[in-house]
Amino acid sequence: MYTLIIFLPLIAFFIVGFFGRYLGRIGSSIITTGSVTLSAIFSIIAFYNVAICKSTQLVSLLTWFAIYPLNIKWGFFFDTVTVTMLIVVTFISALVHLYSIEYMKNDPHLPRFMAYLSLFTFFMLMLVTGENMAIMFLGWEGVGLASYLLINFWHTRLQANKSAIKAIIVNRIGDFGLGLGMLAIFHIFHTLDFLTIFALTPSVVDAKLTFLNFEINSLDLISIFLFIGAVGKSAQLGLHTWLPDAMEGPTPVSALIHAATMVTAGIFVLVRCSPIIEYAKDALTIICIMGGLTAFFAATVGMLQNDMKRVIAYSTCSQLGYMAFACGMSAYSVSMFHLMNHAFFKALLFLGAGSVIHAMSDEQDMRRMGGLVRLLPLTYSVIFIGSLSLMGFPFLTGFYSKDLILEIASSYYTIEGRFVYWLGTISAFFTAFYSMRLLYLSFIARPNSSKIILEEVHEAPLFMAISLLILSIGSIFVGYVFKDAFVGLGTDFWNNSIYMQPHSIKTFDSEFIPANVKMIPVYFSLTGAFLSFVFYNFYPSILLNWNLTPFGIATYRFLNKRWYFDIIYNNYIVQHILKFGYKVTFKILDRGFIEYIGPYGLVNIIKTISIKMSTIQSGYIYHYAFIMVFSSVIIMFFIIYDLMNFKSGNGFIYDDFIIAALFLIFFSFSDYSLLAKRVASKK
Amino acid sequence: MNYLVNIFEFLGISSALFLLGLYGIFVLRKNLILVLVSIELILLAVNVNFIVFSVYLDDLMGQLFALYILTVAAAESAIGLAIIVIYYRLYGVIDINTINFLKS
Repeated sequence: MYTLIIFLPLIAFFIVGFFGRYLGRIGSSIITTGSVTLSAIFSIIAFYNVAICKSTQLVSLLTWFAIYPLNIKWGFFFDTVTVTMLIVVTFISALVHLYSIEYMKNDPHLPRFMAYLSLFTFFMLMLVTGENMAIMFLGWEGVGLASYLLINFWHTRLQANKSAIKAIIVNRIGDFGLGLGMLAIFHIFHTLDFLTIFALTPSVVDAKLTFLNFEINSLDLISIFLFIGAVGKSAQLGLHTWLPDAMEGPTPVSALIHAATMVTAGIFVLVRCSPIIEYAKDALTIICIMGGLTAFFAATVGMLQNDMKRVIAYSTCSQLGYMAFACGMSAYSVSMFHLMNHAFFKALLFLGAGSVIHAMSDEQDMRRMGGLVRLLPLTYSVIFIGSLSLMGFPFLTGFYSKDLILEIASSYYTIEGRFVYWLGTISAFFTAFYSMRLLYLSFIARPNSSKIILEEVHEAPLFMAISLLILSIGSIFVGYVFKDAFVGLGTDFWNNSIYMQPHSIKTFDSEFIPANVKMIPVYFSLTGAFLSFVFYNFYPSILLNWNLTPFGIATYRFLNKRWYFDIIYNNYIVQHILKFGYKVTFKILDRGFIEYIGPYGLVNIIKTISIKMSTIQSGYIYHYAFIMVFSSVIIMFFIIYDLMNFKSGNGFIYDDFIIAALFLIFFSFSDYSLLAKRVASKK
Repeated sequence: MNYLVNIFEFLGISSALFLLGLYGIFVLRKNLILVLVSIELILLAVNVNFIVFSVYLDDLMGQLFALYILTVAAAESAIGLAIIVIYYRLYGVIDINTINFLKS
C-alpha cells in the first residue's frame, strides 16, 4: 500500500501518456483521477497508521547504486511529516484532477494534461517520501520538470513558453544550491540517508568546511545551501520571479503548483532537515529574515496587481514567507501546520478563481469583472471562505496557523524575531487588504465587462463544484480539527520527525504573551479588510485622487511592477549574462581565441607563411645567389658564435639567434622578394 | 720556410679575389657572361689559396687539388658558355634581369 501511494500516479501517467488517444478523454480522466483518488485514500490509511498509531514505516525496494561510501537505495520513508505532506499532496491533487476534467473539457489535449498532472503528483510524492537525499532530489527535479511541462501546456503560446523556461531556469538556480548542499552533506557525513545524517548531526556541530576560502561551520553552510534550494522552489525573495509568471499555465496547474505541491517542497525540505538546521544558528537567522522580507514584499506587491491569478500567486509567495520565517524561528511544526492549512485555502482560492475565469470566458483582469456576486453565488461563497481563511479571520483554518506564527514571532525575543513579527503583522494587514480588494473588484463592484460575456456567465459545473465544496469545507475545518494534533501543547504527534532544541521551543512562551499583543495581527487584518472595503465601496475618489498625485503614481508603479524586481533582473543580470554569453564565450572564446589558436588561425598562419616563403623563389638568379651567400654567411656566423660561447660555457644565446634568424627569414625575405617583384614589374 | 713568412699577403690577395668574384655575382646584372667570369674569378682565388697553402705547409696535395680545379673550371666554363649560347639562341638575350624562368 505504501508503495502504491507513490506509484499509482506514475502508472496512471504511463497508461494515459502512452495510450491517451485510445482511451479518450473520459477513459483518461477516469484512470488518472481514479488512481490519484485511490492514492489519497491510501494516504489517509497511511496517516492513520503512521501519525496516529505511531508506526513509522521504511519501505526499501532496491539498490539504485552502491559505490563504497555512497549507497543509494530506492527507499521510501513514512514519518509524520511525510504523511502530512502525503495527505496534502494527494488530496489537493485528486481534487485538482477532478476539477480539471470539467475545466479542461474543451481542450483537445485533455489526456496529455491529465497525464502531466499525474506525473507531477508522482514526483511530488517521491520528493516527500524519499528515504535519502538522492530520491528526494529526483522528486525535486522531477517536480521542476513537470511544472515546466504543465506551465507550457499550451505550448503554442509564446508567453507560456517563456514563463515555463523562466520557471525551470530560476528553479534550477535553487536546485544548484540544493545540489551543493547534498555534496556538502556527503562530504561531512559520507552518506545521504536522512536517518543516518540526523543521527550524526550532533557529533559534527563544530566541524568546519572551507567554501570559497572561507572557513564556515559545516552545518551552517549545509543549511544555507538547503535554504537556497528552498528559495528557488518556494519562491522566497530573490528567486521569486518565476512564480507569478507561472500563471500562464491553466488554472488547475496554478492550484497544484502554488497550493499544495511545488512551492511547499522548499518548506518541506527545511522541515525535513530540521535536525540539521536546528544546529545552525546563523542559517536560522538568515532563513528568518528572508522569510519575513518575502512575506512583506509579496503582500505589498499583491495589493496592486490587477490580474486575479497574480494576486493569488503573490499571496502564495507571502504565505510561503510566513512558513519560511516560522522555520527560521525553529517552529517547524507550526510551519508544517500552516503549509497544510495554506494548501487547502489556496487551492480553494485558485480553483475558485479558475471558476470565475471559466465563467467569464477566460477573462483574468479584475478590472473587467465585477458584479458577479449574483451570477456566481457558489463561486463567490467559496472564494469568500478562502479569502477569510487567508486573512486569518478568527476560527477559520488560516487563523489557527497564521496567527500562531505571529504569536511565536512576538515571543521570539531576538532582533530578527521583532523584525519578522512586525513585517508579518503588516503583511497581515496587506493580505486582508488585497483579499478584500479581489473580492470587491471581481464580485461586488459594478459590472465592468461586456454584456456578451455576462450573458455567458455560468456557475461552476458539477465536478468543479464538488472539488470547490470539499476544499471549502477543508478551509473551514482543517485548522480547527488538526490544531491540537499539530501544534497543541505538548503534542507528541510529530513523533521525532521534527527536531527542536529545547532552548528554541517557543510554544509555551507564545501561549502566555499578553492578550492585546495576541490581538494585534487580528486587528491589523480586520482593519485591512475593512479599510479596503470602505475605500473601494464608499470612497473610491480618495483612492483615485491619491493615485493621481506624483507620489501616488510612483508608489503604484513601484508596487504594480513588483518593486521593479523583474526589470532590475532583466536589465542588470539577465541581459549582461546573455551579452557575456554572446560576446565573450561565443565570439571571443569560441569563435575567436580557440579558432585562432586552433584550426582557423593555424591554417591561416601556415598558409600566409608558405605563400611568403614561396615568394622567396622569385626566379631571378641573383636572388638565389644572394640567398646562398647570405645563408652561408649566417651559418658560419652561428658556428663561430657557438664555438665562442661554448668555450665560455654560455650556449643559450644561440637559440635566440636561431629564432631571430627564422623571424628574419620568414618576414624580411618575403618583403625583399615582394620588393624585387615590384622592381621587376617596373621594368 | 723563411722565404714565405708573409703568407697573409697571399691570403689577402686570394680573399680579395674571392670577394670580388662574389661581388661580381651579386652586382653584375647585365650579362650572364660576366657572372661566368666572376665564377671563374672565385675559382681562381680558391686555386691561389690552395697553392699558397700547399707551399706554406709543404704539402703536395694542394697543388694536386689546384690542378683538378683548373680542369673542373675549364669544363665548367665550357659547359656554362655552351648553356649561355643555347640560351641566347632560344631567347635572344642574356640580360640577367629578365631571366626568371628558374621559377617554374
